[in-house]
Amino acid sequence: MNLTLHIWRQKKATDKGGFATYKLAGVSPDSSFLEMLDQLNEEILAGGKDEPVAFDHDCREGICGACGMVVNGVPHGPQELTTTCQLHMRKFKDGDELWLEPWRAAAFPVVRDLVVDRGAFDRIIQAGGYISVNTAAPRDANEIPVPKTDADLSMDAAQCIGCGACVAACPNASAMLFTAAKVTHLGVLPQGQAERGPRVLAMVAQMEAEGFGGCTNHGECESACPKGIKLEFIARLNRDYLKAAIGGREAAQQRTVRR
Amino acid sequence: MELRSNAPAGPIETSWDKHRFDMKLVNPANRRKFKVLVVGTGLAGGSAAATLGEMGYNVEAFCFQDSPRRAHSIAAQGGINAAKNYRGDGDSIYRLFYDTVKGGDYRSRERNVYRLAQVSVNIIDQCVAQGVPFAREYGGLLDNRSFGGAQVARTFYARGQTGQQLLLGAYQALERQVEAGTVQMFPRTEMLDLIVVDGRARGIVIRDLVTGKVEARMGDAVLLASGGYGNVFYLSTNAMGSNCTAAWRAHRKGALFANPCYVQIHPTCIPVSGEHQSKLTLMSESLRNDGRVWVPKKRDDIGRASKDPGSIAEADRDYYLERKYPSFGNLVPRDIASRNAKDVCDEGRGVGPGGQGVFLDFRDAIQRLGQKTIEERYGNLFEMYERITDEDPYKVPMRIFPAIHYTMGGLWVDYNLMSNIPGLFVLGEANFSDHGANRLGASALMQGLADGYFVAPYTVADYLARNGNSGVDADHAAVKAEVQGVNDRIQKLLNIGGKRSPNSFHKALGRICWDKVGMARNEAGLQEAIAEIQALKAEFWTNLAIPGSADSFNDSLVTAGRVADFFELAELMARDALQRRESCGGHFREESQTPEGEALRDDENFSYVAAWEWKGEGQEAVMHREDLSFEYVKLAQRSYK
Repeated sequence: MNLTLHIWRQKKATDKGGFATYKLAGVSPDSSFLEMLDQLNEEILAGGKDEPVAFDHDCREGICGACGMVVNGVPHGPQELTTTCQLHMRKFKDGDELWLEPWRAAAFPVVRDLVVDRGAFDRIIQAGGYISVNTAAPRDANEIPVPKTDADLSMDAAQCIGCGACVAACPNASAMLFTAAKVTHLGVLPQGQAERGPRVLAMVAQMEAEGFGGCTNHGECESACPKGIKLEFIARLNRDYLKAAIGGREAAQQRTVRR
Repeated sequence: MELRSNAPAGPIETSWDKHRFDMKLVNPANRRKFKVLVVGTGLAGGSAAATLGEMGYNVEAFCFQDSPRRAHSIAAQGGINAAKNYRGDGDSIYRLFYDTVKGGDYRSRERNVYRLAQVSVNIIDQCVAQGVPFAREYGGLLDNRSFGGAQVARTFYARGQTGQQLLLGAYQALERQVEAGTVQMFPRTEMLDLIVVDGRARGIVIRDLVTGKVEARMGDAVLLASGGYGNVFYLSTNAMGSNCTAAWRAHRKGALFANPCYVQIHPTCIPVSGEHQSKLTLMSESLRNDGRVWVPKKRDDIGRASKDPGSIAEADRDYYLERKYPSFGNLVPRDIASRNAKDVCDEGRGVGPGGQGVFLDFRDAIQRLGQKTIEERYGNLFEMYERITDEDPYKVPMRIFPAIHYTMGGLWVDYNLMSNIPGLFVLGEANFSDHGANRLGASALMQGLADGYFVAPYTVADYLARNGNSGVDADHAAVKAEVQGVNDRIQKLLNIGGKRSPNSFHKALGRICWDKVGMARNEAGLQEAIAEIQALKAEFWTNLAIPGSADSFNDSLVTAGRVADFFELAELMARDALQRRESCGGHFREESQTPEGEALRDDENFSYVAAWEWKGEGQEAVMHREDLSFEYVKLAQRSYK
């Protein structure tokens, strides 16, 4: 296959950045999207003038959440439920023209080219995305029965890989789907009840402090999510949030947000 | 050099409890005065950093990924073993211990393995308390499945994403400590050297992968949990960034490297599809429960079989595992399934591109159980297969081939997980300790979390209590020299100014290792491999091309540094394979096999750990032996006929 690639190039966060165009010939339809970029980078390196295109990637099996870029306007590209690393070139046609951009969001500053800083996600987890239990000898695992349907629902939410596609897809650059996935994962389990109220308040406050926008029910996040995280989790977050916010007691314990 | 395991004597059942009681403690008020550095934040490093933080130590944790949530532990699919005996099917700590020593082909240290089996139980309790959503039965209790090498169901799982869920549990515990201020996290940071002053580990030299800044971080103890070295083969199931640099730099500073030739090759991976291939994808071992492995009997049928497998008549198919191992059939352990796939491909009966594949056929299972049942069991795996190969495994058999998956070898550690450098601890896949020459399925997650949650926090505390503060700070002349050394090496790489990319060297090195230090090894091949590795390494240091500079985000520079270390490790791996003139576990020497072609151990001469000492650039490493003794487990030839 022969392709024309328009790729966002930006040396560092403070640079302006812009598109550069590359022609790439002889791409195997069996190669993955990132292997196609490997091929381009080998050519750039052999050319000796330019530096290779920087992009995040690691496991290349769709689970680590490191990779991701906007391909022709769609986060992770055209195939549903598929991360960029699992997308294969046979989904494109010979002669295609592709526009590659980093995730665009104020809360995800560009590090270089297609690489962004998603530290904001870690800070949302720091705000309360855990169950406070120290390593010690807790009680036997089977003393906490969890109804299978709850365990399955929790797992549906826990599958989030934290890639950030939901933020990139959202017109408001909201991190609601990401935050709601963690709130649901922990909130439907019996172990997660004690901190359920404070957790949702703290995580949402941190999300806002990071500069993510609010949710206005576009649903773009759900269709961009490579793991099928559902919009209904946002409704769950909203219910938990409302309950905790008007509860008073938990609202009073709010932690100060950090940046 | 005498290698002392420091494992306590006495009955094995109580040795860890007694050892813990004999250890010194650090008063809670004094803990914050100690700084502990943790390199790598996967299951082992993440759980250790979180736990040490909870205890009140001052922790700095480092990972090369942009977030600790992305460490490669996340990719583990199948599950985690624990001797809970929730099934009531006869499991026990002793049985898990026994299975693990046997599965490791009797090349591991008994007392370490016993402790692993013992704390496996606590791991499940801890993870459930953290909110890990393990699979449940309708009664609300935990579900189990069975795995290779065991006759009991002791594997806990969270769909096909057990590693992800366990890692997120450790990651969340870690982030909780970041919030609490006990752990400082350094993402996108790579360890480039170990600082040893007066014979003790005192700190590390790190490079910020975004700004390129090189600096020293000092600590009272250093924990390496930097994973395995499978990527020395270039193509493996490891993540692209998985590398041996942290461990190898420690090795060059005096830490012994044990059993580097013990590499696990996983039988069920998606075959290589072409030159562009950058990594290999594992398909869970559980598929062999229902899939039947075969190739055509006749070489003439290969072309037709590759295009239309269904056209090959039943009588013309060779279900070679069922034929050779009637009692275990398709469920023989990983090493045996892998070697047999290689054998049939070497005979010219392999299918697919380049003849490097065998069929894993679900036709009979679908007929017997219906497509719906197969979908329920393996739906996500079938989808993944189709996404990568563009073939529908419900209609055409899967093609699979073995791939490098896990490394049992690693830095030598004693019972306390401390290397021979005092103050340097090694956890998880980075150490050599528990799996002998072959790891059983669902045991890697168990070991990572055992080391991080339940072993290192005690043994590190004992070290700190006995040795006090390091007292060496970043202004020390020796520390400044180490930082300078790292900067000099980076400049040296950048100044080569050749023509060939780091990636192409890595690929070429991987090819040598795969062909000659891979699934089957022999004297002549290993000698050739050493010569070829040395020649390629020489070319690397004269013809490497790295664009860009040291003071920026520069992937080519990072890759080059890692490949440089892989060259040295590859040579040691070949030397270790050369000295071990026996076959055991993942290490198969063609000279040492039974008349039927099975691996033949030589307990008389090789029942030891080979721990290698770095002697300097261009010098041959020197081997030290830790003899293994077996007080509890009876040595026997493994048989799966």
